[in-house]
Amino acid sequence: METFIKHFAAQFDETEASEFTQNTVFKDLEEWSSLLALSVIAMADEEYKVKLKGEDIRNAKTIEDLYNVVKSKQ
Amino acid sequence: MAFLSVKNTKIKGIAACVPKHILENKEFPLFDAESLVAFINGTGVERKRKALSDTCTSDLCMVAAEQLIKDLQWNKEDIDVLIFVSQTPDYILPATACVIQERLGLSIDCYAMDISLGCSGWVYGLQVVSSLLQNLDKKAKALLLVGDTILKFCSESDKSTYPLFGDAGTATALEYNENTEGMYFDMHTDGSGYKAIIIDDGGFRKQVSEESFKIHHRGEEIFSNNLQLILDGMDVFSFGIQRAPQSVNALIEHFQLDKEEMDYFLFHQANLFMNEKIRKKLQIPPEKVPYSLKDFGNTSSATIPLTMVTQLQKDLQSRHLKNIACGFGVGLSWASVYFETNHIVVPDLIEI
Repeated sequence: METFIKHFAAQFDETEASEFTQNTVFKDLEEWSSLLALSVIAMADEEYKVKLKGEDIRNAKTIEDLYNVVKSKQ
Repeated sequence: MAFLSVKNTKIKGIAACVPKHILENKEFPLFDAESLVAFINGTGVERKRKALSDTCTSDLCMVAAEQLIKDLQWNKEDIDVLIFVSQTPDYILPATACVIQERLGLSIDCYAMDISLGCSGWVYGLQVVSSLLQNLDKKAKALLLVGDTILKFCSESDKSTYPLFGDAGTATALEYNENTEGMYFDMHTDGSGYKAIIIDDGGFRKQVSEESFKIHHRGEEIFSNNLQLILDGMDVFSFGIQRAPQSVNALIEHFQLDKEEMDYFLFHQANLFMNEKIRKKLQIPPEKVPYSLKDFGNTSSATIPLTMVTQLQKDLQSRHLKNIACGFGVGLSWASVYFETNHIVVPDLIEI
């Protein structure tokens, strides 16, 4: 989980790494954008060999939600 | 695994034609200064061409074909095959290839048909044409017309499609030739993703009705009706960064190609962010991966030949090149090809 949060945070340029926890509602972050969604999909592909779908991102609220999806697809 | 090896086939020339009308993304009303910069940095698309209502894909392809036939000094009666690959035909029926056969003045002995594919269409078309050439006489000639006027399907109130796509038509000339390396193909399909890029209504699953014109709010600044293109950018991205590199690697491995020997890798121009992920995954140096996104956007099936004409014209005309091309998208459908070109005819980009 810790590593996943680090990987997730690494996609962001402006948001401080300390702002990311498992409970972060990532779509509420000011920096969140459609391009960042793609970066997260690419991260899941590169780091976990997991193919996230659009609906996986749309249905997830917190970073933990997304972590659970990635884990279930591994 | 659909690996195919086709001998005795040669590309003689490639031409492309785009509409004169230019749409600048900086003038797109849904963008403010910040979102414009983010869009251009992400997609690489600054401007594109739009076919006005009086111009169809077939018109663009025909102009490209006429120029190519002239520059190759081909006799029209010698053309045995005409394949039109597009998802923007003239009519629901008849097939556009039939209409083009007459308009181009080709022989009634010509084999002509349409293929309905998008982003993977040029590679699929090349496969079909090359295979057909094997069963014709030894002087056989073929025209592969590939293009789309996809902007006609995009809602001006949809920031996920309208600023991304552009219109273009292309023509590729091929002939039977025993003195070539041939072409190698790797073809795939995954219909489980058919909804990732779709126009819901207007076919026969959901015929046009009053409901079809109702405008839906599908996401942030995405408004469109059911006769317009819906793009699930995240699904397509996830698909593209996985399948395109897999296919290119499978092609290289299966046919024991030397990756370092390739002069160019020609990818469907989806968007810069996705294409760069694919390039980096395959560890290909940037100078071997040309782009036409900046000035033409994503032109659906036309992207690979359009990129060749606009970015590689001199090289194609003056050198012997080893190339790998990969198309991926709507279907979902994807395919890769290894092909060589040797001093081929490439007219200047045509505008109408």
